[in-house]
Amino acid sequence: MDPLIFKIILVLVMFLVSLGIAAYSTYAERKVAAFLQDRIGPDRAGPFGLLQPIADGVKMFLKEEIIPNVSDKWLFILGPSMFMVTALMTSAIIPWGMPLEIGGTKFNLQVADINIGVLYIMGVLSLGVYGIMIGGWASNNKYALLGAIRASSQMISYELAMGMSIISILLISNGSLSLNAIVDGQKEWHWNILYQPVGFIIFIICAFAEANRTPFDLPESESELIGGYHTEYSSMKLGLFLFAEYINMFISSAMIASLYFGGYNFPGLEYLSTVLPNNVVSFISVGALFTKIFFFIFVFMWVRWTIPRFRYDQLMRLGWQVLLPLSIINMLVTGGILTIFN
Amino acid sequence: MQLTNRSKVVVHKEMNWVEKLYLPAIFSGMFITIKHLFKKKATLRYPEVTREFAPVYRGMHVLKRDEEGRENCTACGLCAVSCPAEAITMDAAERKKGEENLYREEKYAAKYEINMLRCIFCGLCEEACPKDAIYLTDRIVPSDYSRGGFVFGKDVLVEPVDQRIDISKRKKDYSIVHNN
Amino acid sequence: MSSQLIFYILSALSIVSALFVVFSRSPIYSVLSLIVCFFSIAGHYVMLNAQFLAIVHIIVYAGAIMVLMLFTVMLLNLNKSTEPHKTNLTKIMAIVSGGLLMLTLLASIKAEKLGVYKAPEVSDIGYVQNVGMKLFTDFLLPFEISSVLFVSAMIAAVVLAKKERN
Repeated sequence: MDPLIFKIILVLVMFLVSLGIAAYSTYAERKVAAFLQDRIGPDRAGPFGLLQPIADGVKMFLKEEIIPNVSDKWLFILGPSMFMVTALMTSAIIPWGMPLEIGGTKFNLQVADINIGVLYIMGVLSLGVYGIMIGGWASNNKYALLGAIRASSQMISYELAMGMSIISILLISNGSLSLNAIVDGQKEWHWNILYQPVGFIIFIICAFAEANRTPFDLPESESELIGGYHTEYSSMKLGLFLFAEYINMFISSAMIASLYFGGYNFPGLEYLSTVLPNNVVSFISVGALFTKIFFFIFVFMWVRWTIPRFRYDQLMRLGWQVLLPLSIINMLVTGGILTIFN
Repeated sequence: MQLTNRSKVVVHKEMNWVEKLYLPAIFSGMFITIKHLFKKKATLRYPEVTREFAPVYRGMHVLKRDEEGRENCTACGLCAVSCPAEAITMDAAERKKGEENLYREEKYAAKYEINMLRCIFCGLCEEACPKDAIYLTDRIVPSDYSRGGFVFGKDVLVEPVDQRIDISKRKKDYSIVHNN
Repeated sequence: MSSQLIFYILSALSIVSALFVVFSRSPIYSVLSLIVCFFSIAGHYVMLNAQFLAIVHIIVYAGAIMVLMLFTVMLLNLNKSTEPHKTNLTKIMAIVSGGLLMLTLLASIKAEKLGVYKAPEVSDIGYVQNVGMKLFTDFLLPFEISSVLFVSAMIAAVVLAKKERN
């Protein structure tokens, strides 16, 4: 098979998987919220309410589309579309599993193994701000603009600490930026979480802030800003905003799993690859990665229904005065230990 | 006075450095929420499963018939007088010849209306009734789209002959012997 | 062949968006088309196999600086009605400074040898490892001096922020 055809198929599959997981994350969110509050949650659409995402989607599509008269129409439409596009772009460089063997040739389960790897993620993350900012400004609404400003300043602030904690990861994984190499360096149980516990805590807090999830969901805090940057949105445009947030959550979970929890690696994978055929091992490794991803999606929801929202000054203080110095110290300590012991 | 043993006194003391990290507090909070994941759910799947009511539960009214299917109510008006919310109105009429199988006594209620938006479900109408005619049941008053829909007439209140409403839990005992 | 096609598309995009930055009436559209322009330039970097430069260009310019610009423009709420009236003196000054810039550009074009430009061989110099090696060996002094510059700017910002408390 031509590598290009394989890549195109992989891109399509990842696109569909991202959307599917995002759709069922909305269902899972409601179920987890219900279970943590001793309720049952949606259970009317289909068995156990499994058709609920489809019902929600149909509702979103059929609702009335309202574009405010005073808004900038082009930018109003551009905002949610950009947010969605940037959310979907990130999955391109995540290695989803061991190489697949088709007709004698090996195919990496990664859309693009680019040289700059992790930097690409930082670049796409920094672009995610534009969707929110454009949408919030184009609505011509005070609350939407406030939400947009909160979102962008929050995302810029937490990107720094996130980048710093990624640098510590790069230090211990032979200095390669490629995500494939980082995951490859965590064979069996040599997961980065064991070497970088502080970095992991910083990274996961920043991931919460980047995905605009509680306790950092100030851009859309309904008690202060009505709906934040998507106050004026309705119908499927609102749907895109909400949906892209869940895709971001999925990608963040995939990043946490790949950077700190060994990606598709798990203890015993080496042994399995000697006894089982290559493709079976490949599928098992994909399963391992997705198990980790689902666990972290659950953690995202678990935290949302436990911890209340921060105040905005607390958020900024945490980002600049706690996480950033802590991540710099973490980086220096990691570098120091590496130079002493090598 | 202390009502429960769960009240806590607020202490404004300086936090030590472990508490200032907030992480222990966050983890203990997350432990509390995860415990609830495995608890018994408080929700009932309502239309399929219903909650069992106490015997003294006061729900939607019913106008009873006797064993032969005749309406008990004689439109005496005691229930309307006793009603603190003034929710009950009625029109009395005289029983014609040939209607003996419909009404138990010579006088009956041609119109009997309870405004469910006014009713406070106190049960005084039931207590006032000398003819064993009105009872509050364990049925729930259904919702409606308009205010007019909540004025229940005889078509809703009188029990159908073939579908008797069970009020045995609240049946009044008229055989009280007064000792004075 | 396909890389040539991509080159033409990227070039057209960067020129059109750059023109749009200048000619657009609304400042928001100007900023947004500047972002598009940055993206097409990053595309050129990728074509030259300088992926590191491309992504840093996107992170720093499109991701951080343009967000701040967008911030300012959005908060200022610039409409046509609020555009300030310009005096004749300002107009003359603008013409003079614009003319000087034009002169510099023309002189630099004249100094450059015009002719068929040959694209350099695709090299690995743009990879992260190679850029890093160059920065920490051949260009160590400029690198350190620029970092000292950034530190002094950061310290200045902190001092300015601290002063306001009193």
